[in-house]
Amino acid sequence: MPGPLDTPPERAFALLHDLLIGPFVEFDFMRRALVGIVALSVSAAPVGVILMLRRMSLTGDAMAHAILPGAALGYLVAGFSLPAMTLGGLAAGFAVALAAGAVARLTVLKEDASLAAFYLISLALGVTLVSLRGSAVDLLHVLFGNVLALDDSVLLLLAGVASVTLLLLAAIYRPLVLECVDPGFLRSVSRSGGMVHLSFLALVVLNLVAGFHALGTLLAVGLMMLPAAAARFWTADVTRLIVLASLFGMVSGYGGLVASYAAGAGLPAGPAVILAAGVVYLASLLFGSQGGLARRLLPGRHLQR
Amino acid sequence: MSVIRFTDLTLGYDRHPAVHHLSGEIAEGSLTAVFGPNGAGKSTLLKGIVGTLRPLGGRIALGSGHRLAYLPQSAELDRSFPIHVYDLVAMGLWNRAGLFGGIGRAARAGIEEAIAAVGLTGFESRAIGTLSGGQMQRALFARLLLQDADVILLDEPFTAIDARTTADLLALVQRWHGEKRTVVAVLHDIEMVRRVFPQTLLLAREVVAWGETGETLTPGNLLAARRMVEAFDDHAAPCAA
Repeated sequence: MPGPLDTPPERAFALLHDLLIGPFVEFDFMRRALVGIVALSVSAAPVGVILMLRRMSLTGDAMAHAILPGAALGYLVAGFSLPAMTLGGLAAGFAVALAAGAVARLTVLKEDASLAAFYLISLALGVTLVSLRGSAVDLLHVLFGNVLALDDSVLLLLAGVASVTLLLLAAIYRPLVLECVDPGFLRSVSRSGGMVHLSFLALVVLNLVAGFHALGTLLAVGLMMLPAAAARFWTADVTRLIVLASLFGMVSGYGGLVASYAAGAGLPAGPAVILAAGVVYLASLLFGSQGGLARRLLPGRHLQR
Repeated sequence: MSVIRFTDLTLGYDRHPAVHHLSGEIAEGSLTAVFGPNGAGKSTLLKGIVGTLRPLGGRIALGSGHRLAYLPQSAELDRSFPIHVYDLVAMGLWNRAGLFGGIGRAARAGIEEAIAAVGLTGFESRAIGTLSGGQMQRALFARLLLQDADVILLDEPFTAIDARTTADLLALVQRWHGEKRTVVAVLHDIEMVRRVFPQTLLLAREVVAWGETGETLTPGNLLAARRMVEAFDDHAAPCAA
């Protein structure tokens, strides 16, 4: 009598199961990583969409770096302590965002230039601070995170940030979109523009700090911007962009984790997730229905009217 | 009854006056053209009324209980933003819907009505980036319609707009006038001003003339307006008046 796994299709199923589902059934840390990244995708990707539409994609990048010295200071004081590093990161992120905005308003420097200045200083300062106490391994952890070591408190933080983000986004959604499309109009009907901008910057910092715990400073911004940029190739509607970007984030998280597990030690999980997001982005760039390259090269016959 | 009253108003940039010692008032329900050469302070005056520019001197008093709508010269509108004509027009509901207010059946009917009134029916789900200049201006007029304001400020609403669109939108302006709304429009087409606008403010940084259009746009006044010195003088002495 043939065993349960003897026919070719059954063997193929078993193989697929081992590859795609098995790691998550078997290992707690894989499940935690997946949950963490899903939570992060739900909140960071919509924030990334708005950043992109406001032409502030690089602002996200700069602020991700700006978080480092704060988190490093927390680390210096309390070691790998979640609350200390979170508070430090939040404080540093807000400080740099506000300082860059103030410099842009009060001096001749534009906001992007002043952000670049601040984040380079922050990055250097952060790396120095971590090196003061920790080892090269600690530095790697701070820079690239460790998505396979999410404990309960980090997961709670990620879920909490996701909830706060969605609620706040819902609250400021209308003026936020209005401020992106037609800031002059918003000014003429309401005084909420400044408040909305600040709340949104707060969301950016909050999500970067959350991402920092899972993916580290350098990659946190990846899950924010890559899915958003990829989604833009598929739809020209803000609401759909937000949903699609979140989905892309989750798919990248899953794909990255599976690939990293299959590749073993050769492919660390955090970068694998961002690489997967990069693959989604490149595929969208090539095949996207809204201005993808393939559409551009093979435009089809023009219409009658 | 005046809706807007200017008292010795000076508006400007970096201490240089763009509107200099303006006094007078705009009557409720009036239809006023603001006419004058480039750099005469026409747009600046509208910005002052809306409140985005603070006076360097003097005052602008807005009658209480009035709702203002403002169409800037070239809106700081991001036309690449992925949003549909329908949603752009729906922004006109801001005063009634605010942050969370639902957009009910009546409001949706209002949006469709406004879109129909500017002749954009069928364009509802078009991305704003695909509209032509004239269609965009129609959409912005639909938003103005929906704002249902009783004071409407238009800054060069017909510049670079074709004749048919201009005629359609001008009909809306006349409809507002018929509904006793107060309309102030910055214009460059003197024939249009003569034909449609009963009141004219001829501005050349200072008021050259202000009143009935026929009495304002005389050859003498127009010549005087043209003589305005455009350049700022960085070494000008502080104004004593």
